[in-house]
Amino acid sequence: MRDAAAIVLSLAATLAVYAVARAFQRRIGSVVLHPVLVSIVVLIVALRMLGIQYEDYDRGGRVLTFLLGPAVVALGLPLFRQMEEIGRKRSAVLLTLVAGSAAGALTATVAAALLGAPDEVIRSLIPRSVTTPIAIGIAGRVGGLAALSAAVSILTGVLGAVIGPPLLRALGINSRTAFGLALGAAAHGVGTARAAEEGDAEAASAGLAIGLMGVFTAVLAPLVVVVLLRIGWLE
Amino acid sequence: MWRYPLSFLVLLAFLFAGDALAHAARLPLPGSVLGMLLLAGSLRLGWIRPAHVQPAAELLVRHMAQLFVPAGVGLMTYFGLLGREWLPIVAASVGSTVAVMVVVGWMQQRLEPHA
Repeated sequence: MRDAAAIVLSLAATLAVYAVARAFQRRIGSVVLHPVLVSIVVLIVALRMLGIQYEDYDRGGRVLTFLLGPAVVALGLPLFRQMEEIGRKRSAVLLTLVAGSAAGALTATVAAALLGAPDEVIRSLIPRSVTTPIAIGIAGRVGGLAALSAAVSILTGVLGAVIGPPLLRALGINSRTAFGLALGAAAHGVGTARAAEEGDAEAASAGLAIGLMGVFTAVLAPLVVVVLLRIGWLE
Repeated sequence: MWRYPLSFLVLLAFLFAGDALAHAARLPLPGSVLGMLLLAGSLRLGWIRPAHVQPAAELLVRHMAQLFVPAGVGLMTYFGLLGREWLPIVAASVGSTVAVMVVVGWMQQRLEPHA
């Protein structure tokens, strides 16, 4: 009985904090105060202050995390509706995402190496721009720390969803495929959720970008390690 | 009224099919991403119709962002790990997120054929 109450309470708290954060963002029209980011910060501070362990909170939170599975599957519907459009652009999409995957792994590792991060941190950053379950798998194969890769993947998703839309508009990106693809590639799930707020075309290309970035990064990750070893930035 | 639970069950069936396929074929993709591709393919082949998944699919996609909140709150369990090397980790994440966004957004817009 106490368990059920705890589950309902943490679920209700999460949904309520998100609803308030969303209403607040609408009211002041800020892009930086993304409701996902604000909710995460508010809930972490609240749990810390109340002395509640994450594991206890997550017994309710897990219900929402579970729904992510069917939500990602649901992206198959906009993908189906946009198939002709994406099919017409397929060579551009494939080439762009190979470049994006290489850019993600190389820029993160080079920046971390230049800032003096230890070996295992650099390796953990290789799968940074792919969705969390894939990132954990890749981390294991390139000698990274799975937990660190998971944390950085989540951090990246939230960061990308916040910076993405204003950055893409400043760059003059008006292709809806390019907009969705960039958000899905740079900020996987959270970016895709943000892209889906724009429409079907954005949702479809973002969902596709999550899958293809995962595949390309899984293939490229060992090559990135070889390159970094060769230039002496990894041992 | 039954449209929501029934279409949700269809999505779950595709999720399980994706999970099973990932296991059986040892693919480096999560079952949900495979399920997404299987769903798009099945719609394309006419095995199911959009109306079979639409109610739950549109509801979930519309509210997808808040589903990430508990996973994000999970960052609190990594504070020790992130804390020691936080500067290179955060700087590399921000820089690289911007880099991927610029490369993908700009290349796609330049390369795609314009109708």
